[in-house]
Amino acid sequence: MSAFNAIGEDREIDRDEFTPGVEPQPTWCPGCGDFGVLKALKQALPELGLTPDEVLTVTGIGCSGKLNSYLDTYGFHTIHGRSLPVARAAKLANDGLEVIAAGGDGDGYGIGGNHFIHTARENHDMTYIVFNNEVFGLTKGQTSPTSPKGHKSKTQPHGSAKSPLRPLSTSLNAGATYVARTAAVNPNQAKEIIKEAIEHDGFAHVDFLTQCPTWNKDARQYVPYVDVQESEDYDFDVHDRREAAEMMFETESALYEGTVLTGRYYVNEDRPSYQEEKRALGDVPDEPLAERYFDDDYEWERSYDLLERHK
Amino acid sequence: MSDDELIWRIAGGSGDGIDSTSQNFAKALMRSGLDVFTHRHYPSRIRGGHTYVEIRAADHEVQSRGDGYNFLLALGDSFARNPQEDAFYGNEEIKPLSENLDELREGGVIVYDEGLLSEEDVADLDLEERAEENGWHVYPMDLRSLAREHGREVMRNTAGVGATAALLEMDLEHIEDLMEDAMGGEILEANLEILHEAYETVRDEYDFTHDLRAPEGEHEEEQALLSGSNAIAYGAIDAGCRFIAGYPMTPWTDVFTILSQNFPDMGGIAEQVEDEIAAAALALGASHAGAKAMSGSSGGGFALMSEPLGLAEMTETPLVLVEAMRAGPSTGMPTKPEQGDLEHVLYTSQGDSSRVVFAPGNVAEAYDQTRMAFHVAYEYQIPVIVIYDQKLSGENTNVDVSFFDREPEPTLGSTLTEEELREAAHDASGKFQRFQHDVEDGVSPRSLPGQKDGRYLATGNEHSPVGHISEDPDNRVYQMERRLEKLEAIREELDEEHDSQQTYFGDETADFGIVTWGSSQGAVEEAVARLNEQGHSVKGVGVSDMMPFPEAEMTEFVESVDEVMVVEMNATAQFRGLMQKELGRYGEKLSSLLKYNGEPFEPAEIVEGYELNVDGADEEPTAQVRIEPAAGD
Repeated sequence: MSAFNAIGEDREIDRDEFTPGVEPQPTWCPGCGDFGVLKALKQALPELGLTPDEVLTVTGIGCSGKLNSYLDTYGFHTIHGRSLPVARAAKLANDGLEVIAAGGDGDGYGIGGNHFIHTARENHDMTYIVFNNEVFGLTKGQTSPTSPKGHKSKTQPHGSAKSPLRPLSTSLNAGATYVARTAAVNPNQAKEIIKEAIEHDGFAHVDFLTQCPTWNKDARQYVPYVDVQESEDYDFDVHDRREAAEMMFETESALYEGTVLTGRYYVNEDRPSYQEEKRALGDVPDEPLAERYFDDDYEWERSYDLLERHK
Repeated sequence: MSDDELIWRIAGGSGDGIDSTSQNFAKALMRSGLDVFTHRHYPSRIRGGHTYVEIRAADHEVQSRGDGYNFLLALGDSFARNPQEDAFYGNEEIKPLSENLDELREGGVIVYDEGLLSEEDVADLDLEERAEENGWHVYPMDLRSLAREHGREVMRNTAGVGATAALLEMDLEHIEDLMEDAMGGEILEANLEILHEAYETVRDEYDFTHDLRAPEGEHEEEQALLSGSNAIAYGAIDAGCRFIAGYPMTPWTDVFTILSQNFPDMGGIAEQVEDEIAAAALALGASHAGAKAMSGSSGGGFALMSEPLGLAEMTETPLVLVEAMRAGPSTGMPTKPEQGDLEHVLYTSQGDSSRVVFAPGNVAEAYDQTRMAFHVAYEYQIPVIVIYDQKLSGENTNVDVSFFDREPEPTLGSTLTEEELREAAHDASGKFQRFQHDVEDGVSPRSLPGQKDGRYLATGNEHSPVGHISEDPDNRVYQMERRLEKLEAIREELDEEHDSQQTYFGDETADFGIVTWGSSQGAVEEAVARLNEQGHSVKGVGVSDMMPFPEAEMTEFVESVDEVMVVEMNATAQFRGLMQKELGRYGEKLSSLLKYNGEPFEPAEIVEGYELNVDGADEEPTAQVRIEPAAGD
């Protein structure tokens, strides 16, 4: 008997279930792309048959970090850049949970960049949504890791001398097994990509373009966008790492030249998730660890039985 | 300084196998019925560099490294020369024989490897002259050739142990048994041959001029030889901890390694991760999801954990961290002990700190207080830090096997089951009230992700009862005070429901008190016993509860004496400062004895500190310690 009966619960799910009964006042500006992520999740989760109590949404700090204030799931609003290590441990402790981590481009690609690389490398079975608006929002418009070269802000008055980070390529090289980019202005694609990312058994990274109408007014609103899967101008195999890498490079460059390319870039269904790898080595229990503390029949191992080596 | 004890120092180069040899020899002494205590000195490198282990053994309880040593097995540093022999790093090779030789007690015994140490080098030491002056007994032996003859050069250690056993007239039985446990085949045979050859050569061919012999003793029950790191790891296991995340750093690595090796067989999970921020964050994430989890590090790595630590305080997520201090600041002296991180651990992270900090004083306390750390963390939803140091981490001592024969405590404390959750408070929208205002002891029970109808938001922002971000002033005051109320409740539980974690010793009627904390306790306890034997009247206490501070106990102690000397291994008297802050007075009563040269206290240094404190205000201590007078002086 499970101590976590929300997990795998089979029941009718109302399409509004992920909207809180008493909703806090949104802190996002009118026209903010963050609403697009929220909407896509609210649609995707019930369509996947998930209930609010079996989903854990772990966020970082920034406008994006407020996601789980408006999405009615178990939530952990952590600290700047640290959503991934919190999220992946929760998944290790109870892999029945559907774990979704989210944060902004500063959060994920800047301060949390080390965790991003290593979580992708390890291929934890979880979804990571990065709200990429190419700017720091909540601290009022400073240059972020994905701001274009030359981006002027109060902290870079002469324009940024840095080339932007390439999020999709970084993710691929680090080891992510599902990499996609979508945009708030493309709600249907966003919902479908989020569904695929959640269903993917491994680290699924979605670079989600979320326009910032307040601090990035000059930037494109990410329209018109092109879906690389639907456009006849692009032909590559998402399962082919080399082709994916080329398409990512082109997509990342094109963004700064005014062309918004979106879609799925890399899908690898063959690589086992970290949990599976570790379980194969005998380093993760078969039953989720979190269940054991509720199992009255479990015979807990004792240090007394380890003393032979000390005698 | 008692004559009925052996302090055997085996000295060589890092990589010479000093550690494993000494471990086995300590066990052999323990099996022969003696109490043992080890002290390990090593440089921060893998090969070469002077390293030694001291094993103190006696037929009575031993609580510290003791004073000096009375038997030196100097192997010489076989890594001091590089393989091409075209570089020479001064006289490193002979350091195991020459360094701290002055600390060898009068009448002490020296065995050195004349196969490795050249005649000229030894002659430069004026060994003969000094031996005569100090009454030392010197037995050179070509351990290197003996080892080569029967096996390989690296087995010099075994030859040295054989020579030691012969000189101390010890039986070889326990040493042989331990070798048989540790090795097999040709290696075992070669080692046994070397052991016997050395033993018999010394027994039959050397003229014994020394009086020192191995003490004899008997234990009432079976003993186990454990380090402080073993004890912390085992306390965690018996508390039901099955998740650890970490990043290697000396000396914390020992606890991390022990649990990483044991957890797979217990269905536990060990994660080595990208940095210490991640390590603490993983422990937090696992705990949030319902595992008993821990992480830890040493000073520099612990600095990176400051933010997740604050998050644990704010989200009231149970978390146990261990902090293994080493000499700082910054990289400091990575393999040397110091008690310099107390303030770091008490106050790091932004905002008012609400955490619990325990500082165990010995191996047994390390086990007990780690268990207590998990109990408090999960019952009160608060981070608990066990702070110890390189000394306690690596020192091995014998503990009754029956000490560990007790029930595990794998409970999740104030965590609800789904059944309880159904009855628990929810707001109008159906959200679980995870952070209620008015609750007993300030503890608002938690749900776990995946439980039905338990969802809430955990956030590092100030938050409302259901976890929504809130800057409402009334709510802020409620939540802040409730979180801090938990510390009072913990103090109350520690005072009323458990044996005190402070260790008291000495003459209860004394007017002079010595206070110490953490791993300096053993040396202080021995010093106090010695002072009382010498006719002084002194009492002492080893404090373990750093936060919440044992105010009542410490007030009573300080009130009961005229003067207090606070003994600690740091330069700025951090614990004395904490006492004054917590007790709000007694500045004129508290003086300090401080040591920060990278070596733990020896009892004699504390005895001298007392004598100077009481009688000789103008005299300089002979040891490398500093006396800091009370504010009133």
